[in-house]
Amino acid sequence: MTTLTHLQRLEAESISILRDAVSESQKPVMMYSIGKDSAVMLHLAQKAFFPGALPFPLLHVDTTWKFQDMYTLRNKKAAEIGADLIVHKNPEAVRLGINPFDHGSAVHTDIWKTEGLKQALEAGGFDLAFGGARRDEEKSRAKERIFSVRSKEHRWDPKQQRPELWRLYNARVHPGESIRCFPLSNWTELDIWQYISQQGIEIVPLYFAAERPVVDRDGTLIMVDDARFRFLPGEQPMTRKVRFRTLGCYPLSGAIESEADTLSGVIQEMLLATTSERQGRLIDHDSRASMEKKKQEGYF
Amino acid sequence: MPTYRDASSELIASDIDAYLLEHEHKSLLRFITCGSVDDGKSTLIGRLLYESQMVFEDQLAALHHDSKTSGTQGGELDLALLVDGLAAEREQGITIDVAYRFFSTEKRKFIVADTPGHEQYTRNMVTGASTADLAIILVDARRGVLTQTRRHSFLVSLLGITKVVLAVNKIDAVDYSQAVVEQIDADYRAFAEGIGLTDIVTIPTSALKGDNVLTRSANTPWYDGPTLLGHLEVVPSTEQTQHGPFRMPVQWVSRPDLDFRGFAGQIAGGQVRPGDAVRILPSGRVSTVARIVTMDGGLEQAQAPQSITLTLTDDVDVSRGDVLAAADDAPEVADEFEATVVWMGEAELQPGRPYLLKTGARTVTATLSTPDHKVDVNTMEQLPAQTLALNEIGVCTVKLDRAVPFDPYTVNRDLGGFIVIDRLSNNTVGAGMLRRAVRGSDNVHWQATDVGKSSHSALKGQHPCVVWFTGVPSSGKSTIANLVEQRLFAQGRHTYLLDGDNVRHGLNRDLGFSAPERVENIRRVGEVAQLMVDAGLIVLVTLVSPYRAERDAVRARLEPGEFFEVFVDAPLAVVQARDPKGLYRKAAAGEATGVTGVDAPYEAPLTPELHLLTAELSATEASDTVLRTLAAAGILDL
Repeated sequence: MTTLTHLQRLEAESISILRDAVSESQKPVMMYSIGKDSAVMLHLAQKAFFPGALPFPLLHVDTTWKFQDMYTLRNKKAAEIGADLIVHKNPEAVRLGINPFDHGSAVHTDIWKTEGLKQALEAGGFDLAFGGARRDEEKSRAKERIFSVRSKEHRWDPKQQRPELWRLYNARVHPGESIRCFPLSNWTELDIWQYISQQGIEIVPLYFAAERPVVDRDGTLIMVDDARFRFLPGEQPMTRKVRFRTLGCYPLSGAIESEADTLSGVIQEMLLATTSERQGRLIDHDSRASMEKKKQEGYF
Repeated sequence: MPTYRDASSELIASDIDAYLLEHEHKSLLRFITCGSVDDGKSTLIGRLLYESQMVFEDQLAALHHDSKTSGTQGGELDLALLVDGLAAEREQGITIDVAYRFFSTEKRKFIVADTPGHEQYTRNMVTGASTADLAIILVDARRGVLTQTRRHSFLVSLLGITKVVLAVNKIDAVDYSQAVVEQIDADYRAFAEGIGLTDIVTIPTSALKGDNVLTRSANTPWYDGPTLLGHLEVVPSTEQTQHGPFRMPVQWVSRPDLDFRGFAGQIAGGQVRPGDAVRILPSGRVSTVARIVTMDGGLEQAQAPQSITLTLTDDVDVSRGDVLAAADDAPEVADEFEATVVWMGEAELQPGRPYLLKTGARTVTATLSTPDHKVDVNTMEQLPAQTLALNEIGVCTVKLDRAVPFDPYTVNRDLGGFIVIDRLSNNTVGAGMLRRAVRGSDNVHWQATDVGKSSHSALKGQHPCVVWFTGVPSSGKSTIANLVEQRLFAQGRHTYLLDGDNVRHGLNRDLGFSAPERVENIRRVGEVAQLMVDAGLIVLVTLVSPYRAERDAVRARLEPGEFFEVFVDAPLAVVQARDPKGLYRKAAAGEATGVTGVDAPYEAPLTPELHLLTAELSATEASDTVLRTLAAAGILDL
């Protein structure tokens, strides 16, 4: 008998969580944000239910401001595996034309993502939603349960968390309440990259360095991904070899200059890096405990 | 100070592919840290993260900022702030939940369950311990083994963790004294062995200064053991269950089309190969594994804790919640258990109320009995209990609405662990560990016999009965019973003396002195006494039998007038002076625990047939009284 590697054990745990969650919920759905964590979660779900198809739809809460490469991969992947893909755009945000340039990152994120997610979950009547969050991402996530109960208002109450023992998860909720289930809870960023490499999982090319048009905003490199980009007076796009550590709405995602155009190169840079993953995500900087606050309000 | 990042950064920079290959083969160790805020627990975890370079520059900048505003190290870098997560906790300066931390070295990935140490957070610690392979028990070198140390160790032992690291922390504050560490080590081992913890490695550390955490300290030249991280990197993490018989709760029945029918689950014990015979429980049907199906292709072999899908050679009925097990070594199936229960609900346990119980992949309806006893987590003393409140631990009988396959928790955590869910709130209100099945009588039938009790007793010319002598050790039970038997024998009566000490050499030699074992001891002796009554004998029983409920249960099994409870009563001072077996002397010297009347409870009879005060009566006088009582009851008439 051999000792399983840490990746084998993580994979086994995630698959077990996915199977249990689907069995114990009435109408599950998987959040699909097209990032690398989503890619790993989707891959694990395929493994969990092989040779069957995914027993739940994928849900993309779209802000209309994602990178074009993300939309391309999303549509390709869904078609490839025959998944039922739900794309939800908050009609209110569409009507008001909410965008990060006019409304700022906080309002943009709140209306498109937080409100959009609530609408989509309610419209679909989903009582369990899988998310790709990891406990190592941020301090308040370290205490997040694998099965996390959300109230009818989608709020997360850190004081009302259920004890989670062994591999026994409690997915029971009252009508209107729901579960956010995080199969990747115990993975770290390095685990994710290693697994992508080992399994040959396809990810958005933006994670790899390439010549891309960017502008420098107070030290943050923002990519000019489409014609909707608002230049400041006198601002010109410049070509830099950049990549992204995390992907979201393109005007809110900071690129880093990099030569890493292969997976091992990206992992190498990550291991030698000195800033944490979330620093490229502009929404986290509002206040020190901002993620905790967002979670309480229903952000994934 | 050298760090792991430094050690491997050259390889990362020069040959990333070689580095990744190396790291693909890392194993995983999950551990829990137990201690209170004051023991430096958060500082220790902070240091492990910090020194294994899991802290990035931006986090470090935030840490420097926080250290100045809310640190406890006078503006110096406060590593504890790295792990004190929620905003509310930061304000209060305490950890109130279970947080999971991750770091890795070249050899291993680690998952740390960081839990609070106070008694009111027992449920959090139990939660963290449920998935841990090892426990680090932190002790402040200045304060030694404390009540909380015992409490943490008891919980660790209860959850089945066998590997313990005793980190004698703040060693810098006692001038790196070898004597202090050796004393704490000796104190701890003396206590820990009593609760079944024997695999203990003691390491003198200073989480604050870094001594013996990652690097060997020059301040402790007398210490030649491993550093903390050095030990964590090499301690075996193989799950115990890998070596047991095959077990797999079925989580999901896979039926993508009419041709495929697979049973998906995570292996909870042992290994499996195509061709293996498996038993499906609870039905008991046997089949053979056809294939082990995964998206990466069929496997020749799979082992715990892998997640797989099995197909069988027969078209048998298998549902979610069933267990596939080695056909020749299958778990028991039962619907009534004795279990240790940790209560986690804000509202206390309601004995008899239907709850939901989840074990493996199965959820059933369950009722829990009034606890047999609860355990004081600080002293491990067993106390009578009517219920269990938040954070209390007790032993209950659990009855299910249907039979489920199970292994005792000590054999297999997945098949022996369960959670209790409140049907109204849907909250998880308890967790438990199955100890053993309580034998149901559903499938056992009575065989009628023609020669019954009345025939047996008629032949002997006597009324059979049980004379049950109860009292603390050395109260005089055996001496009096012996005299009684001699005199009955002299009268030509058919008797038998069932002696409490003697039955422990044979019938009950598998039983110790814990409360449930005492309960079982009494039950068995009562059963034997009843059989002897059926045989027409006058049975004299001498047994401490400290619990009223169990003595009453024996009485209830006999016919009215057949049970004589004789309370053999003497003050503690008198029995301590007698002490023919040296039991009280050992108890006083701390060499014996669980001595009834000293540190284990004795529930005196409320309405015994006889109450003998042996400090005032001679043994002969006492035996006279017993014989007079039996005669007056007509036992000796026939």
